[in-house]
Amino acid sequence: MTSLSVKEVRKALSAKGSLLFVEAIPGIQYNEVVEVDLSSGETRLGQVIDVSKEVAVIQVFGGVGEIDVKSVAVRFKGETLKIPVSLDMLGRTFDGLARPIDGKPEIVPEEWLDINGAPMNPAERTPPSEFIETGISAIDGLYSIVRGQKLPIFSGSGLPHNRIAAQIVRQARVKGKEERFAVVFAAIGVTYEEANFFMESLKKAGSVENVVSFINTAASPVIERIAIPRVALTTAEFLAWKYGMHVLVVMTDMTNYCEALRELSAAREEVPGRRGYPGYMYTDLATIYERAGRIKGMTGSVTQMPILTMPNDDITHPIPDLTGYITEGQIVLSRDMHRKGVYPPIDILLSLSRLMKDGVGPGKTRDDHYQVFMQLIAAYTEGQYLRELSAIIGTESLSEVDKKYLRFADLFERKFVNQGEYERRTIEETLDIGWELLATLPEEDLKLISTDIIRKYHPRYRSKGGT
Amino acid sequence: MVVGKVLRVSGPLVIAEGMRGSMVYEVVYVGDDKLIGEIIGLQEDRAFIQVYEDTSGLRVGEEVEGTGHLLSAELGPGIVGKVFDGLQRPLSVLGSLIGPFIKKGVKVNSLPRDVKWPFTRSSTLKPGDKIEPGMVLGSVQETPLIEHKIMVPPGVSGTLKEISPDGDYTIEDTIAVVDLGGGKLKEIQMMQKWPVRKPRPYTKRLEPVEPLITGTRVLDMMFPIARGGKAAVPGGFGSGKTVLLQTLTKWARTQLNIYVGCGERGNEMSDALHSFLKLKDPKSGRPLAEKAVFIANTSNMPVAARETSVFLGVTIGEYFRDMGYDVLMVADSTSRWAEAMREISARLEEMPGEEGFPAYLGSRLAEFYERSGRVVCSGSPTREGSLTIVGAVSPPGADFSEPVTQNTLRYIGTLIALDIALANRRHFPAVSWLMSYSLYVESVERWWRKLFNDWLQVRNEALKILQRENELMEIVRLVGPDALPDDDKLLLDAARMIREDFLQQNAFHPVDAYSPPEKTVMMLKAILEFYHEADKALSSGVSLQKIRELPLRVKIARMKEVPGEKFAETFKSLIDEIHKTFSELIGGEKK
Repeated sequence: MTSLSVKEVRKALSAKGSLLFVEAIPGIQYNEVVEVDLSSGETRLGQVIDVSKEVAVIQVFGGVGEIDVKSVAVRFKGETLKIPVSLDMLGRTFDGLARPIDGKPEIVPEEWLDINGAPMNPAERTPPSEFIETGISAIDGLYSIVRGQKLPIFSGSGLPHNRIAAQIVRQARVKGKEERFAVVFAAIGVTYEEANFFMESLKKAGSVENVVSFINTAASPVIERIAIPRVALTTAEFLAWKYGMHVLVVMTDMTNYCEALRELSAAREEVPGRRGYPGYMYTDLATIYERAGRIKGMTGSVTQMPILTMPNDDITHPIPDLTGYITEGQIVLSRDMHRKGVYPPIDILLSLSRLMKDGVGPGKTRDDHYQVFMQLIAAYTEGQYLRELSAIIGTESLSEVDKKYLRFADLFERKFVNQGEYERRTIEETLDIGWELLATLPEEDLKLISTDIIRKYHPRYRSKGGT
Repeated sequence: MVVGKVLRVSGPLVIAEGMRGSMVYEVVYVGDDKLIGEIIGLQEDRAFIQVYEDTSGLRVGEEVEGTGHLLSAELGPGIVGKVFDGLQRPLSVLGSLIGPFIKKGVKVNSLPRDVKWPFTRSSTLKPGDKIEPGMVLGSVQETPLIEHKIMVPPGVSGTLKEISPDGDYTIEDTIAVVDLGGGKLKEIQMMQKWPVRKPRPYTKRLEPVEPLITGTRVLDMMFPIARGGKAAVPGGFGSGKTVLLQTLTKWARTQLNIYVGCGERGNEMSDALHSFLKLKDPKSGRPLAEKAVFIANTSNMPVAARETSVFLGVTIGEYFRDMGYDVLMVADSTSRWAEAMREISARLEEMPGEEGFPAYLGSRLAEFYERSGRVVCSGSPTREGSLTIVGAVSPPGADFSEPVTQNTLRYIGTLIALDIALANRRHFPAVSWLMSYSLYVESVERWWRKLFNDWLQVRNEALKILQRENELMEIVRLVGPDALPDDDKLLLDAARMIREDFLQQNAFHPVDAYSPPEKTVMMLKAILEFYHEADKALSSGVSLQKIRELPLRVKIARMKEVPGEKFAETFKSLIDEIHKTFSELIGGEKK
């Protein structure tokens, strides 16, 4: 009954940061969308984030700049923030609130969806187990990604995370299957160059028609950064659950999202948590990251690859820390490896994929995959330890075997991890490189690999046996 | 019933007015969608309500309806093997009702009302018998692994007037009638309700003296948890908390396990559900899900329900304890619950304590952990049950000095500290032997002594070697290993063997995942025996190099893969071989 009469308030009480305080009128809904008309004729969107009998607090997308509290008009729409979605979004570019910015016409919506989605029933999920081959040895071999996983890249300023993400987007496919694949790309507060780099690199790969982009650059309104990951994920879910597509969502840079969240929290005068970030940041990030997965009886999937830059390369900073508690592993980039000229400069020991064990092995990749992975990591760990030791005591006092491990660590970085930006290795190629390196170590040291697997794949037996 | 009106909405917190006559912790229905909420504070006629569902769309002025009862769990047949959310809504039923996404305002029964369960009455009972709370009236074989005892609810005593014969009944059918005296009759159904925040009664509390055998070597041997004890597992992300907790719920020697996923990952929960269906109970060969209850409130589900999920888990745990069972409940992670408390507290504008957590954080944690224990259950027949609680803690930045970890340490008996540095080296379970402790060592020793009279000695020696290793490594880091005398080098070798061949355990290996207690002790004894003999050999002049080259060491390293039932044999031949090898080495040296 009330929905027929548009509710409007013509006067605000005060404006601060990105918040507008208006006098409450009956019937305002928590979290509903408002339109804020400026005297200049511009209209901004906003959302009710607190409502009581006297006051409603509105978070204004686009900020409260130029708002005249005396002449502003606030219209309450009676519904939560929804965006239009359609299959035609593929190949298009939008802003943080899903308005086209590529000069082409508005899309014809098939549906309007709430950007907050709804939590997936954990009992209706299917555990992710389909291996995605990215063609990058370090990832495929050591931190395998599976469909429905959320695996972030923890980077630092100046490290090539965007190039790695672009390479993954270009090369990723599921072995032996041709299925509908789409990429949803969200640029959150990145520079124009960075956003452009992605767009160009997608164009070069000839996959533009499979990509939906949402761009909020460093110059766009801060507050829109709160909405953009949710807008991107709503679109991804629509493509995955309605059209059965396998959607990879790349979001860069989540650090900017968290900064926006902190700014908003400060404006609301909330009690700050660690380093000024709001205490609910874990929950807030979870409502984004948890929107990855697979559902029983549905063909599609949503896989997430958020990228974030660790402030001062500090992995214990709240942003990577809380992210790591939610995501299923992390790929950490290392400045050391980058300085050595290794691409992709992945920190071997800090990186991890929690869902790997379900996605590799016979019938999925190869029967030796998991054991080779374990052995490579163990040998590299030993090599790293010896490196540290030899930095103090010199290499002379090391035994012959120790020296082999030292050499292994070097070879591992140069041959296994290091590869070209446009080089695509199959998982078999990756594992074979692993075997070549393991063959430089004494065979009896390969304790983590069972004897039959050694017989089958160790270069020594392969060249003789001819299989 | 009290009916008030919404005055303010701020996220999961709703303030309502006109609520005079309601009580704290009363369940209320909020708004037109009848969202489930709980009153957490009252001030004059205002009620502060935490709402367990999404409050988007709620308006000022909508009605808030009191129910007059506290937030309660439904307890009875139909609970085992199920997945519930924090409000005890069965998630599979929700799935078939509203699809794969959770919507608000959906009300379903926690336990199925239409299923008929085969009830077997207690053979000794007859009308006229005295009835007391907790008395076992009969049972239902709920799953092949769980005999669900039907008990007289707390607070009911009198004389038995009627009891139904064996047969199939729903949980709402009356199975017994009790004369309470004064002409008052009480009908008893198989289902009972119990407020989740209130501990269930028992007759007497007992000391925890038996270890909870977990099959995880580092726990059973080094840092035991007692049946009815409480333990915390703090660790940074990637240190393997979840895998360790899941391993506990899979293999611990208990009759029932409860896994509470509180504010954690959805995919992980789904993985746990699937693996519990696949994995078999070592004793019976039945799927583990037949002795498990799951509570899943993932991180993106409403924040306030994290608290109820934890208390719901404990309440179900106590209920099965009352049947005389050993129950294990794990909560992953209590930090997420603490964060939910912080969020609600901030919205209530309470004075914040450390790092914004409410000042009552400690007492709330205590309320939870103190509900563990080994007890004499109330009612006849006389029986003992236990509830063991293990809570994960997720300290920000893996910094254990933060309030949740520190407050937890005040109440627990075993600290299982996970070290991210160990995890990065792929040492799993990444339990730090330097930081962890167990207050139960002395009390469970008596139990172990029956298996091996030197359990404590073996344990302490191994810990001492590891402690000494830590000191020596500091020297090694400065001057290199060559500077150490040979006996210290041998000790480092022994420490490495303890770490790699004993402490490290593969949770996904078919044999290694569960290590029976006998095997655990024998493995460590074999390693120490090797060390003792090697030490003797060294002092008789055998070179360290020779000892290091012994092929025997590979055999020790592969002990893990020997199944438990064959292990005694392996152990014997291993010890013989150790003695033989070293006496030959020493003999060779003397010639």
